[in-house]
Amino acid sequence: MAIVQLLSVWLIPALIVFILLYGTAKKVPTYEAFVEGGKEGIEIAFSLIPYLVGMLVSVSIFRASGALDAMMEVIKPLADAIGLPAEVVPLAALRTLSGTAALGMTTDLIATYGPDSFIGRLASTIQGSTETTLYVLTVYFGAVGVKKMGDALKVGILADILSFIVSVFIVLFVFGR
Amino acid sequence: MVNLIWVMMAVIGIVFAAANGTMDEVNKAVFESAKEAVTISIGMISILVFWLGLMAIAERAGLLDKAARLFMPLVRRLFPEVPPGHPALGYIVSNMVANMFGLGNAATPMGIKAMEQLKKLNGGRDEASRSMVTFLAINTSSITLIPATVISIRMTYGSASPGEIIGTTVIASTISTIGAVLIDRYYYWKRMRKGRKP
Repeated sequence: MAIVQLLSVWLIPALIVFILLYGTAKKVPTYEAFVEGGKEGIEIAFSLIPYLVGMLVSVSIFRASGALDAMMEVIKPLADAIGLPAEVVPLAALRTLSGTAALGMTTDLIATYGPDSFIGRLASTIQGSTETTLYVLTVYFGAVGVKKMGDALKVGILADILSFIVSVFIVLFVFGR
Repeated sequence: MVNLIWVMMAVIGIVFAAANGTMDEVNKAVFESAKEAVTISIGMISILVFWLGLMAIAERAGLLDKAARLFMPLVRRLFPEVPPGHPALGYIVSNMVANMFGLGNAATPMGIKAMEQLKKLNGGRDEASRSMVTFLAINTSSITLIPATVISIRMTYGSASPGEIIGTTVIASTISTIGAVLIDRYYYWKRMRKGRKP
């Protein structure tokens, strides 16, 4: 644990020093290159706005209306029927749509069932092992102005389902119930 | 599919609100989330400017090429349509490495640069190319080494061993990343087969 914490604190500063020294050694005009490269960031952030507004508004309508909670209530008994932990299935569904909502739910599950319970460990693993697919697609495609996502969403959602099933098995296998 | 999901979430939400009397919440949510989206986008400027600036130095110093060459055998198999030595590969590799270490801040700008390069390769069209779908499949299920946020939540709630889920997280995310690539390949194969039929 101490090593992990140490690593996450030192990694970025070490990377900065490394790139700056390496650039200097290779005679790159470092400051000028930094400013030139950085300029692009402003443009990218602005072009992202319409994509993100569109997606977040739609997700939040779905959430605020209570439709998302209703969907979870429908999913729960279904999950029970196939032997999946009903408390965690909604988290898996949520994880794909909304990062903040999923994080809130993970925190809630850990608080309710305890971090070292089966549910707590499973929620932790699910939260840590996947990204919010809808958000990632919106940001990456949005930043470069790609509007037709092709199969990307299908692939992402199927991968999320797989990830959830794998998480259940791994946690059962490593920690037991 | 995005269009459909996008419309359905909003329409179902509003119909549901009409039936359940939650229209006030919906009204509030529309404007709050629109504001939040702008805040997130603008807030990303600092991170984007900093990392893209730093990456520009790394690129001109030839560091990205080096990183790309290190992972070349793997990356070439994953992205057969990207010509060897193309700048997209360097950004793809840096994005993956940053993701592995949980440096989401650094990973996003590099990933966006990779997408920019992939779009150029695709003739600048506004539709996803094969490589883009593969790249995002890997990104949405990215291999995680240190799930820092989760560990801190576990600490907050008094876990006896907050870091014990690192192992399960690494295994789950690795298997799901491999799965994502296979699913991506399956859909590519399906597209190809469809393409051949008249």
